[in-house]
Amino acid sequence: MFSAMLGEAWRAMGANRLRTFLTMLGMVIGVGSVVLMMAVGQGAQESVKDSINAMGSNLFIVLSGSSTAGGARSGSGYSSNLTVKDANAINELEGVSNVAPISMGNAQVVFGGNNWSTSIIGTTPTYLDIRGWELVDGYVFSDSDIRSATRVALVGQTVVDNIFGDNDPIGKTIRIKQNPFVVLGVLKSKGQSLDGRDQDDTIIIPLSTAQRKILGNQFAGSVRQIMVQAATPEAMPMVEQNINGLLNQRHNIREGADSDFFVRNLTAVANSAAETTRTMSLLLGAIASVSLLVGGIGIMNIMLVSVTERTREIGIRMAIGARERDILLQFLLEAIVISIIGCLIGLFLGISGAILVNKITQAAVVISGNSVMIAFAVAASVGIFFGFYPARKAARLNPIEALRYQ
Amino acid sequence: MAKNVVKVNNLYKDYQTAAGAITVLKQVDFNMEAGEFVAIMGPSGSGKSTFMNILGCLDKPTSGEYTLDGHEVAALDSNTLAKIRNQTIGFVFQGFNLLSRVSLQDNVALPLVYSGINKTERQARAKILLEKVGLGQYIHSLPNQISGGQQQRVAIARALVNNPRLILADEPTGNLDSVTSEEIMVLFSELNADGISIILVTHESDIAAHASRQIRFLDGRIVQDVSSKDQIDSSKEIKETKETKEAH
Repeated sequence: MFSAMLGEAWRAMGANRLRTFLTMLGMVIGVGSVVLMMAVGQGAQESVKDSINAMGSNLFIVLSGSSTAGGARSGSGYSSNLTVKDANAINELEGVSNVAPISMGNAQVVFGGNNWSTSIIGTTPTYLDIRGWELVDGYVFSDSDIRSATRVALVGQTVVDNIFGDNDPIGKTIRIKQNPFVVLGVLKSKGQSLDGRDQDDTIIIPLSTAQRKILGNQFAGSVRQIMVQAATPEAMPMVEQNINGLLNQRHNIREGADSDFFVRNLTAVANSAAETTRTMSLLLGAIASVSLLVGGIGIMNIMLVSVTERTREIGIRMAIGARERDILLQFLLEAIVISIIGCLIGLFLGISGAILVNKITQAAVVISGNSVMIAFAVAASVGIFFGFYPARKAARLNPIEALRYQ
Repeated sequence: MAKNVVKVNNLYKDYQTAAGAITVLKQVDFNMEAGEFVAIMGPSGSGKSTFMNILGCLDKPTSGEYTLDGHEVAALDSNTLAKIRNQTIGFVFQGFNLLSRVSLQDNVALPLVYSGINKTERQARAKILLEKVGLGQYIHSLPNQISGGQQQRVAIARALVNNPRLILADEPTGNLDSVTSEEIMVLFSELNADGISIILVTHESDIAAHASRQIRFLDGRIVQDVSSKDQIDSSKEIKETKETKEAH
């Protein structure tokens, strides 16, 4: 009986192909735009998530405060009051999993006939753990390299491209500010950071080597930044508070006085970026859903016309034994078939569109099974919802009046 | 065999119109035994179509009793009424009322869809009935590809497909020429000979003559009820009325 009714629905749709096609078009455009918008929105979310993962999770950065020398105030990070000892002390705090002191600056790098200006990061091996940064080749320097301030370096992909060309960088000697360094490893490409900097345009060397040979700090043992990783997201507020307390104590800052350092929660910044993209993609989806609604209203409209046109047929069916629910099911099924076929075409076009967007703009798109399933479920419900009223109208017709209808 | 198929007692039917209520059927009493062939006659607006609709469970009386096969129809819900229309009664209409986009075979099989019978059996039974009404070679044609008389045969085949006990035919020959009408009436007589009860509405006395009993409606009442035993008297009377009508 069900298959017979499905056949009826199919035949009724075939009887007026152009009208069926136009009705379906509403669903096609609705579903297509929902799928496309969700793909683009999720793609944007994914790329933000990737950037956050590239930065590292549960991160704080401790910056030294500003210094005042002869009335000229320097920006934050330029005074020399954060030390490696501070870093070691923070490492002892509860809830802290990793700590990396960092000194950094820019320097000219030379290999053979090529030279390139890049950022030099002096730090400990822990830095790579915190940032989840792996090597594609070679190995990381060790703690003993830090103790003895050896001249070894890890080079980023952009640096490799610019000074090595086709040469294998491992084991080669480069010059940073005239000092020879042996390349131990090549860093895996991380791409752009959230603020658009090229994270691969960098060289990482042992902290002690950087301080003594390259950056020339005023005071031995002072660092520009300390990167701190909390063990869990839940521990972050506590860790932040403890860092503040500890450093105030170590730096002899009296209660109520300004600190000579800042603690920044990097993860919070990143999360707000993620939240923004999420809101944007929700907004896109909501706008697209409106077109799905319009498509549904189109179905209802045409089904109402169809019921009127086929009043006599409904009368005949009732006279030969169709129950109210048979008529209801027949028209409902027709609406559902139109919306599901429209949905399938819409899915196909939406996915093709998303792939096209990806090819043309290089923007990340994500087509998840979830979004496809949601679009499908919504389309089926739209069919049922907007098909129900016309179908019920048909089922409630008076058989005699329906038979007399011309 | 003396069991009453249809039993109507003191039936009234009112319609609400803009001009107020009009009574279409008044005090109608009618009994019909299984196997009878009844022709209902009367001028337009005399209430015979309304009476057929009530007999066919498409309409409900305002008051009075209608018992079909021993069931009080007023007490039945819409699903049961649909089942009666599907299995107990077969309808034949003046305008054939076939589905125009559907093949003759599927048209005939349509009532079986609502009885929940599977496709193979539906097709087989429809084919047998189309052969019985002499249209076996047209089973895949569409209604508009055959003549009016042939379409009415298809409609009769559709009415028969669920083996009904009662056939209700509302002016089945109204749209047909006299030769084709005669063929259709022969078909009805054969069905009646097979034991199916038939009630037929017609304007024409020679069509009514095929029936074993004639009933005449006037202004919502049954004014004449003649069985074939006293056919000679009645046919005369009918002829007279017809002449009076034509004189107007």
